[in-house]
Amino acid sequence: MIELTNQPIDSSALLAKASGPEAGAVVLFVGTTRELTEGRRTVMLNYEAYDEMAEAKLAELEDEARRRWPLVECIIVHRLGRVPLAEASVAIAVSTPHRADAFAAGQWLIDTLKRDVPIWKQEHWADGTSEWVHPGTNQANPS
Amino acid sequence: MMVPVRLFAAAREIAGGSEVAVEVHDGATVADVQRSLLAMVPKLEQILPHARWAVDAEFAAAETVVNEESEIALIPPVSGG
Repeated sequence: MIELTNQPIDSSALLAKASGPEAGAVVLFVGTTRELTEGRRTVMLNYEAYDEMAEAKLAELEDEARRRWPLVECIIVHRLGRVPLAEASVAIAVSTPHRADAFAAGQWLIDTLKRDVPIWKQEHWADGTSEWVHPGTNQANPS
Repeated sequence: MMVPVRLFAAAREIAGGSEVAVEVHDGATVADVQRSLLAMVPKLEQILPHARWAVDAEFAAAETVVNEESEIALIPPVSGG
């Protein structure tokens, strides 16, 4: 199950949803807004997506993860818009019969999401400036 | 022909809009669209070399041919998650 949402993510609910009698392991990854990045203080992140393609890519991620590991449940939720400090921007819950697969699938899903899904974050810094994060472009992209 | 290009994040702000119309010849490829877009919006030069392209919501190679019905999007380096 994949979802883009503008609402706060209820990680506990996702954990409960991924659990079930066929699963011996449930792994929940939550990505949250962190305050410190290379000495700079963040006050908030703002996320934007190419919605149709992001949903398609998230669905592809689930399909591929289900091919690689015997997943019982796979839930990926990404929040868009403003995400304050310590709140979740993304949550991935996977459940499997045995724990090695759950850890491996969870890691693979977040790593691949961060590489291939058309979603972008905008840092809002404590000094009042903001910039879009485009890794590999050497300049800041001030907004 | 004019083809619309969807822009996001810093590219959207640099170009001043979430969609720009780009002039290319019939039978143009993604590479041609990129060249035309750069000519129209030179300040995208910081982003274009690092960006990917999508046609109809799939990543597309430079040699992918486009037409007026194609949904073309510039995908700057992503930073989700």
